[in-house]
Amino acid sequence: MVDQFFNVGIMIKAWPLVIKGLGMTLLICVVVIPLGAIGSLLAALGALSPNRALRWASLAFIDLFRALPPLVLLIFIYAGLPFAGMSLTPFVAVIIGFFLNNTAYFAEIFRAGLLSVPKGQREAARSTGLTPAQTLIWVTLPQATRNVLPDLLSNVVEVVKLTSLASVVSLGEMLHAAGLVRSITYNASPLVLAAGLYLALLWPLIRLISRFERRLAH
Amino acid sequence: MERFVDTFFNGAVLIRYAPAILEGAAVTVLLSVLIVLSGVLLGGVLACLRAYRIRALSFIIVIYADVWRALPPLVLILLGFFGLPNVGMVLSSFMVLYLVLTLVLAAFAEEIIWAGITATPRGQWEAARSTGLSFTAALGHVVLPQAVRMVIPPLTNRAIAITKMTALGMVIGVPDILGQATTAQSFSANASPLTLAAITYVILFLPLVIASRWLEARFTPPGV
Repeated sequence: MVDQFFNVGIMIKAWPLVIKGLGMTLLICVVVIPLGAIGSLLAALGALSPNRALRWASLAFIDLFRALPPLVLLIFIYAGLPFAGMSLTPFVAVIIGFFLNNTAYFAEIFRAGLLSVPKGQREAARSTGLTPAQTLIWVTLPQATRNVLPDLLSNVVEVVKLTSLASVVSLGEMLHAAGLVRSITYNASPLVLAAGLYLALLWPLIRLISRFERRLAH
Repeated sequence: MERFVDTFFNGAVLIRYAPAILEGAAVTVLLSVLIVLSGVLLGGVLACLRAYRIRALSFIIVIYADVWRALPPLVLILLGFFGLPNVGMVLSSFMVLYLVLTLVLAAFAEEIIWAGITATPRGQWEAARSTGLSFTAALGHVVLPQAVRMVIPPLTNRAIAITKMTALGMVIGVPDILGQATTAQSFSANASPLTLAAITYVILFLPLVIASRWLEARFTPPGV
């Protein structure tokens, strides 16, 4: 048991490759999270717009990409598009797929956040002479973000976990590296090592979210 | 345009592989139902056990919930499928997928239902106990129904997110929608099976996504 899952010798051998994979995992997050945040804010504003066509288009976008499993989207982009003559590198395919998925999830959270800000706040801001854009940036958005902060943070956790799917299209992130060493050594210890690193990365965030949730509940 | 249609909506390929993808859909639906039932049930039981505030037990439950919420499901699936046979436990890919996603959903459900239990006003507990109900009866008949009602929206969202992860089964060879579609795609050298798979997922999950938004509007108490 210890030898199969916690083999220190194999873990030490796997370490450099897995750490290199961790770099790729973090790179995906650093690219996808800001892109998703910006895209989702636009989608959320669209979903709350008075313009009917824009509202429906935004909601359709959000719901479509919340309904599609991210792995289906990723494989469609990576394995499907080349048949139409569009070959993408694994990295670009991962970024596009995760961007679409992530934008939809963040957008639904922002939508709820924007809805939670009382109308009076906006009216008061406008009546002091702020433009609609200024009202959004200085009054509505900060309150909306604060109200849904735990949800936004848990979505960040989900994005980090999501990066593991990139291993399916052979992008060398952490799980791909660990899986590679596992298939050479026939030993599960590299996977345990990767699991340990995911835990080290995400456990503090999960504890933080629990704290926020408790504070908001009271 | 013609090339696009031929690649993604090839009639001959679609007809040929539709039965396989339909079979995959049955596997996806079966797995999803089993995972939601057992995951929410297990999560509910754990949340109730935590309500007894037995230190050691609560500690174990919290650690379990944290670890299973922090680890990517794909890591757990690979560990279960490739790791367990090394110690003499050989499970089918269907079984590994079912167990892993059930345990992941249970971890989230425990946290969500527990949040509902702690958010139930103290007066409800006190009133229930003062009518002579035992702690267990107060929990089961008074607090838990209110707690679950409160957390229906986040619980639904999480259950949908985790049933969508049944697509990960493709990696270990579960013949679900995506598994069938990727096999068909490599046999036919055409992307149409993937299109069909994507459409099937949208047909299955879009109503749930829309329903979850409706539930959110309906069940979220005002001011929260």
